Amino acid sequence: MSLTEMKASASEILRPVIAALIGLAVGVGLTWFSGEDPFFVASVLFEGAVGNSYNLGMTLFYTTPLIFTGLAVALPFHAGLFNIGAEGQLLMGTMAAAICGIMMPPDSGILAVISGTIVAFVAAALYGSIAGWIRARRGGHEVISTIMLNFIAAGITSWAVLYHFKSLDTQNPESARIADSMLLTPFAFFEGAPVTVAFPLAILVAVIIWIVLNKTVFGFEVVATGQNPDAARVNGIDIARIRILVLAIAGGLAGLVGLAEVFGNAGRFKIGFSADYGFVGIPVALLARCHPVGVIFSAFLFGALHKGSAELDLETTYVTRDVSYLIQAMVILAVSADGIYWLRKRLKLGQKKGAAVV
Amino acid sequence: MFESFANTVWEVGASTSRLAVPLFFAAIGGMFSERAGVVNIALEGKMVVGAFVAAVIAFYSGSPWAGFFAGGIAGALVGVIYALSVIEFRANQIVSGTGINLLALGIAPFVCKILFDVTGSTPTLEIAKRFSFEPLAIAVVALAAITYWFYRTIGGLRLQIAGEHPEALAAAGGNVVLTRWLAVTMAGFMAGLGGACLSIFLSSSYSRNMTAGRGFIALAALILGKWRPVQTALACLLFGFSDAIQIRLQGVEIAGIGKVPVQFIQILPYVATLILLTGVIGRSRAPKALGTLDGVR
Repeated sequence: MSLTEMKASASEILRPVIAALIGLAVGVGLTWFSGEDPFFVASVLFEGAVGNSYNLGMTLFYTTPLIFTGLAVALPFHAGLFNIGAEGQLLMGTMAAAICGIMMPPDSGILAVISGTIVAFVAAALYGSIAGWIRARRGGHEVISTIMLNFIAAGITSWAVLYHFKSLDTQNPESARIADSMLLTPFAFFEGAPVTVAFPLAILVAVIIWIVLNKTVFGFEVVATGQNPDAARVNGIDIARIRILVLAIAGGLAGLVGLAEVFGNAGRFKIGFSADYGFVGIPVALLARCHPVGVIFSAFLFGALHKGSAELDLETTYVTRDVSYLIQAMVILAVSADGIYWLRKRLKLGQKKGAAVV
Repeated sequence: MFESFANTVWEVGASTSRLAVPLFFAAIGGMFSERAGVVNIALEGKMVVGAFVAAVIAFYSGSPWAGFFAGGIAGALVGVIYALSVIEFRANQIVSGTGINLLALGIAPFVCKILFDVTGSTPTLEIAKRFSFEPLAIAVVALAAITYWFYRTIGGLRLQIAGEHPEALAAAGGNVVLTRWLAVTMAGFMAGLGGACLSIFLSSSYSRNMTAGRGFIALAALILGKWRPVQTALACLLFGFSDAIQIRLQGVEIAGIGKVPVQFIQILPYVATLILLTGVIGRSRAPKALGTLDGVR
């Protein structure tokens, strides 16, 4: 690696970090207007996020789905596609995982976890491929179709859960519970926070996506499709196939949230369980510059923000967890201000050739 | 029997049109921006800000009119921020729109807490401080005026050309950048009015999550309406209708079908929009230069 290359890659890492810090500083600084001490707010955030092993565990618990959804946004970006649909995809995957767990014999144990995970991936992948098909074969833009599919998934899952798999032992809007044998054991280190094998698996998946993107023919085709679809087509790449496949895989990745939620946490599908994981996946991916391994770190940042800001409700008088939205917005705006040139490079064709972004 | 049926029709019709009004303002706002070539997924954020500011101003001033237009102006200010980032700084329109939406979600409860010491909602407005039917009337007049302006005036044609062939507009001596600036600001104003309708017309205060994705629904209505004013208004009525009947149809048996789950009625308009995207029932073609930087370089 030459010196210039090393400098370039250092600045690739440094710039998003600086953007995140600026976003955090501005967001936390804004709390001054409410009469709170921003430094106190920052310390509450920090304590709440990583102050002890339970808090750290909760942060990692939120990090896990955000890695999956961050990847679900980041991967399509490399193919020039903007997946706003991770929220709907994760709902479908989680519902499929829950149904799989409910239907299997109670003593299935780990077998149910494995098949539930596969079913979650496949169901969400099929759902994601709808948007891919509409884009690739019918020309309808994925941003719009995935927004529609999010609403539709919310309707379908709530119908399935309430009409067909309703919990009989509680009045809450949630599905029946899976058998205890299927529940993953949380790591003892985190003192009860539901951090299970789903977390290391999420990291592994991120690394796999990085390898696929950088070291395989398929990955090359994805990036080629994203950077210059016309040239890719001329060189024999079936860009329609790539687009469908990429959105299918992205959907499947979002669907893996079902593993963490059903087998690692709730043991059922609870309506409204997702803390907007699918939408937060967008800033997660953008902050990481859509680098799959970078997604792990930015997911951690946003997970920490989510966990830390929950403490603000209790610890401060005027600042509430809603401040986390402000901080997220500031991070996005800081990243996009810095990333303008980078994003334009990525979306060059989309922006230039009049192949509209929506 | 007949009387109760007529009554039901009247009630559903009334609530359909009421529920369609906020969508209409936001969707027509989106039309300004998108026909000029700027994607607007930030409608949601503008509605949140409009709803909040309208409730606050109506509360302090006692006048729903002041609240209504304050909501519009607040939306326009958000529009200015959006225009600045996507037209001047040329930020990606979807990324920046996502940022604006989050900003609005954070800022409304933040200021609400400072003003009223609660994050959940603003104080309840008495009847005199809110609207009973006025926004509906304004919407009808606005639709007529905007449709005329859009198709029959130089300004309207300029707007359309800015989104279809910006180079042609520039070649003819028009100012693409200015046109888009005005269009995006106008979009913010209208979406702000739409948000205002939520807090001072459909309910009696601003409350958290009150937009409930209506900015995105407005976007769907805009596409279902093929980016045209009258069709878009009709699409808003369809979304309003599905919203209105889902409450009534809960648990009602329909002959030959049985009970229709309320969720199916809820998702119907989205499915319709999705099918339209597939081009099976006719195409909804986006303005050619939508989302591009053509003509502003």
